[in-house]
Order: sequence, then C-alpha cells, then structure tokens
Amino acid sequence: MAEHHENVRGGAWYRTYVVTWFWLLVITGLEIATVFLGLPRLAVILLLVTLALMKAALIAAYFMHLRHERLNLIFTIAAPLILIVILFLGVARDALNVFFLRQ
Amino acid sequence: MSDAMPVREQHRTTASAWGGGESPFAVPWAKLMMWLFLLSDAFTFAALLTGYAAMRITAGVWPGAGMKAADFFHVTTVVGPMTFILICSSATMAVAVGAARRGDHRTTVRFLALTVLGGLAFLGMQAYEWTGFIREGARLTGFVGELGGKIQPMFPATFFVITGFHGGHVTSGVIYLLVKTIQASRGRASAESVEITGLYWHFVDLVWVFIFTLLYLI
Repeated sequence: MAEHHENVRGGAWYRTYVVTWFWLLVITGLEIATVFLGLPRLAVILLLVTLALMKAALIAAYFMHLRHERLNLIFTIAAPLILIVILFLGVARDALNVFFLRQ
Repeated sequence: MSDAMPVREQHRTTASAWGGGESPFAVPWAKLMMWLFLLSDAFTFAALLTGYAAMRITAGVWPGAGMKAADFFHVTTVVGPMTFILICSSATMAVAVGAARRGDHRTTVRFLALTVLGGLAFLGMQAYEWTGFIREGARLTGFVGELGGKIQPMFPATFFVITGFHGGHVTSGVIYLLVKTIQASRGRASAESVEITGLYWHFVDLVWVFIFTLLYLI
C-alpha cells in the first residue's frame, strides 16, 4: 500500500494508465480485425471471448486499481464471478440440447 | 484463560483482521460498498448476456438465414469508434483519480469534464445506431416491414434490452460525473469520492467490452 501511494505521488500511475489505454486500443483493433480474417466460426468466438476477458482484466486491474488492493478484497470481488461461469454452463447445456434436436 | 494472557497478547487477539478491530479490506466504507454494488450489477448484466447467448444458441440461425448481426450495424464506422471513445473516457477518468489523489484540483476538474464529454459522445453515437436500426424495422417485439418474418424476433429484443440497460448506466454515469465535476470545481470533492465515481465509470466500460464482443462482433 505504501508503495502504491508513493507511485501516485511520483506520477508512475500516469505511465501505467497510458500503457493500459494503449493495450486496450490494440486489443480492440485485434477484435475488429478478427471478424474480417475469415477464420473458422469456433476459432473466432474463442479468440473474441479471450480478447474480451483480457480487456476486462486490464480495466479491473489497472484502471480500477484492483491489483493494488488487499488480497481479501480481490478474492471477495473475483471469487463470486465463478457463479457466472456456472450459470452460463448450466444454461448453455440446455440451449445446446435444443439446438441439436432442431438439426 | 484470557485472564492469564499478557495484556499485549489480548490486544493482538481482539485487533485481528476479522475481529472488528481493523478493516480486513483496508479500503474506506463507501468504496467497499461501491465494489459490492458493482458486483451485484455484474450479475445482472451476466444474466442478461447469458439469456441472450441461450436464445442465440437455440435459434441456430441468427439473426436470419444468410445474415450476420454485423450487417445491421456500422461496426467499423460507429460502434468501433464508440468503443474507442469509452476506453479513452476510462483513461481520462483514471487520470482524474490520480490528480485528485495528488490534490491537483485543476487537472481533476479538467479530466472529469473530458470524461463527461466522452460519455455524451458515446450516448450520441448509440442514439444514432438505435435510430438506424429502428428505421430498418427493428422493434422491441421483432422486425416489421419487409424483413419481418425473416429475422428472429429475439434479435432486436435482446439488442434493445441489453444496450438500453447499458445506455441507462452510461446516462447515470454522466449525471454522476457531472455532479462530481461541479463539486470538484468548487473544491468540495474528496479524492476518495472521485475514486469511487471512477470505479462506477470503469465498470460501465468493462461491461461494454462484453456487449461489444457478444452483440456486435460474434
């Protein structure tokens, strides 16, 4: 925490913001390019979801400063997000059943 | 047992991180509450996006035979720049938070105002996208006109609900930021309150990352 506040005063944070901003723009550019590359559908979906997760992690870690918070807070925020994965997997299984029944 | 314990030892026990003696998260109360609110909001957006994914998978053909969702939107000329603007506004917000922590009021106000402008530009472009989509025949309950019957009714429904809910968050964020900018210009905004406003604004950007990917690109 002490190092964190020292960085704030020292202006190191501005460099971090600029670097984060730069990578967010690069990843956004990659996302748009992925759509026009003509890759197989599944590869496009996996690539886009991975890139979106990378962007979300960058925003949470550096813009929202989660990386510099106590581990208690990081786990309190991050651990419940597993429920979203469980929700999606449960619903997707059912949706895929309907999809294959229609084929 | 405790009677036999040295006084210093007793103090350490009662002041343990989870014993109520100190904050286990080491963040101000208001900031912790904002984090918990954002967590609950993340679940709301996750439920909406999961519902959208389920409908899209079950539909098989989306939005209609031989069509792509991107055909209905200006991905490279409007939605891409919207994403660019929101990312830039997140960066200006981060700089405003850094300036507030250093006690630099002038930079704080300037960058908060820039963030408001970014939010307004985003909303203007979203209004443009909505107008174009509605003119093509999109309604909350399905498509009307010559495309009616050829397109999944859930395509415009999910689009309006999800982007509308996010747009509502952006609108609230712009109002929240405006209030904070006015407070900061009068020297009445603490660094902590600017940081908490920033958390909300970055969350709006974070959610857009997934909406942009799932609704426009895939």
